[in-house]
Amino acid sequence: MGQSHSQTQVHAHDVSKEVRRYLIIFGALLIGTVITVLASYVNFGSPRMNIIVALIIASVKAFLVAGYFMHLLSERKMIYAMLVATVFFVIGLMYLTVWSMEPSSLIHIKR
Amino acid sequence: MDIPYTTHEREDTGLYNAKLGIWLFLASEVMLFGALFSAYILLRVGAEPGTWPHGLLNVPLGTINTLVLICSSVTVVMAWASLKMNQFNKFRIYQGITVLCALIFLVIKTFEYQDKFLHYEVIKNDGTIVDGHLVKKSADSITLHVSHGTHGKEKHDHKVQPVSGTNAAEASASPAAADHHEEVTVMMSDVKKMGNYGPKHNTYMAIYFTLTGLHGLHVIGGALVIAYLWLPGAKMWKTDPERFTNRIEVSGLFWHFVDLVWIFLFPVLYLL
Repeated sequence: MGQSHSQTQVHAHDVSKEVRRYLIIFGALLIGTVITVLASYVNFGSPRMNIIVALIIASVKAFLVAGYFMHLLSERKMIYAMLVATVFFVIGLMYLTVWSMEPSSLIHIKR
Repeated sequence: MDIPYTTHEREDTGLYNAKLGIWLFLASEVMLFGALFSAYILLRVGAEPGTWPHGLLNVPLGTINTLVLICSSVTVVMAWASLKMNQFNKFRIYQGITVLCALIFLVIKTFEYQDKFLHYEVIKNDGTIVDGHLVKKSADSITLHVSHGTHGKEKHDHKVQPVSGTNAAEASASPAAADHHEEVTVMMSDVKKMGNYGPKHNTYMAIYFTLTGLHGLHVIGGALVIAYLWLPGAKMWKTDPERFTNRIEVSGLFWHFVDLVWIFLFPVLYLL
């Protein structure tokens, strides 16, 4: 396996502690799903507010999956650098999309 | 010649190569789904006020599918943890449950798709709309199963609704009409226009099928890889356990991404 017996035991002990955390995250995700559905039946004042609330809950769930299940909270710098570049371009894409719908923007299409 | 860095980390990246590769792939996937999400935003914000459809999809089924994917996400990480703890039998169980969850998700999605392709909207020459599920269709006529009732958020589903005039209000306001089901046959000579709730029905259905279809393809691809590693690919555990564990980690990272995408698709398409 390329690891000594003692190294494997230490690693196994670390992972067994992680397992407990995975189960807690699992419970949180189930609760988050129920909250997402229930929140859709609540009027938060405007459709925009309902969308914002739903996206906040989805973002929290996404953080739990990415942070703990995908181990992003304890990853190497190389992966963080890659994701920073990805996030930059996604935000740019969303910004361009929203900007194109502003009447004052250069690329606004009049209907 | 052996493939380098399948188990040990490179000094410059700090990662084994497969992990670097899957994260690069996931970055490109983020851009792919990001582009489609931006298309959704464009269509949704660009729609005339009050015209964006609500309640066309089955929320309980969508919720069950969300829970199924979350379950599969935890079993896939537990499968990896089992290998790390040298518990191959537990790995087999968790990996099997993951494949089962993927199949359940796809079966439910198939039912949802089938429901939309059998759901018809018929606009008659006199302007009335007959909306319901297909019972029978021939060259001369079409028969739809129509209900006048309200079903929570799906209340606009399956109802006979004149385009204009007061009949619509009378039909839906009548207490006797609540949850009333009937079969309505329309002669083809009376049909001005008709079609099912497939992708070409409206922009909402188009973006719904595009986003969930692409996501479904990812579920199929991920499930095939996970199933391979569960059964024939698991032989590697005996010869190179560390490399096999890394393979499980990499396939798990992809599966978590599939779950992440659904976490956003569910509220955006089903609830808002």
